[in-house]
Amino acid sequence: MIVITHDELNTGQVVSEVGHPGAGATVTFVGTTRDNTAGRRVLFLEYEAYRPMADQQLERVADEMRDRWNLTGVAIHHRLGKLEIGEASLVVAVSSAHRREAFEACHYSIDRIKQIVPIWKKEFFEGGEVWVGSQSDFDPVHSGHVVV
Amino acid sequence: MKVEVLLFASYRENVGAGRLTLDLNDGATVGELACAMRAKFPGLPEPGRIVVAVNNEYQEHDFVLSDGDEAALIPPVSGG
Repeated sequence: MIVITHDELNTGQVVSEVGHPGAGATVTFVGTTRDNTAGRRVLFLEYEAYRPMADQQLERVADEMRDRWNLTGVAIHHRLGKLEIGEASLVVAVSSAHRREAFEACHYSIDRIKQIVPIWKKEFFEGGEVWVGSQSDFDPVHSGHVVV
Repeated sequence: MKVEVLLFASYRENVGAGRLTLDLNDGATVGELACAMRAKFPGLPEPGRIVVAVNNEYQEHDFVLSDGDEAALIPPVSGG
């Protein structure tokens, strides 16, 4: 399932969504909020999304994964709103008959999400805040599929 | 014609609004929309660098807009 939510993410739930009798491997990625960026202490973060486009682009990432690898399950859950340090902002679970496909597809999904899905995070520091994201390499219209 | 412009994250803070209606000539392109926005709001990046999604799909700057379209200006994404 593709889910964008303000609720706390439940990794076990995401993993259970990719369960399949033909699966021999399940790979899970959990992205968590870090307490520092370039030496500055981060207090908390906020995520926002352009919906429903963000949902559609996450579906597109999942479709690309299924096109490129032989998978038995894909689930992507992304959190929005205010997150404290150490909370999960993204959980991806991928299952496949053999491990290589699930590893590669999971890796691909994170890179692709960071290329095309309209979700933004803001880091709050003591005495400041900044939207994360680099203008120089942002080109979702022309970005090819990342090579894993 | 009128186009609904949506703004997010840093662009929303730059412009001071998350949504506005822009009057454009019939047949205006995404590139012309980006130029009009930059002229109105100099805090936005140069027009050539502004990424636009029309009705939830990324589009090139030569894409022709229609009356009533929803055009979102997409700052560099940072999900994950």
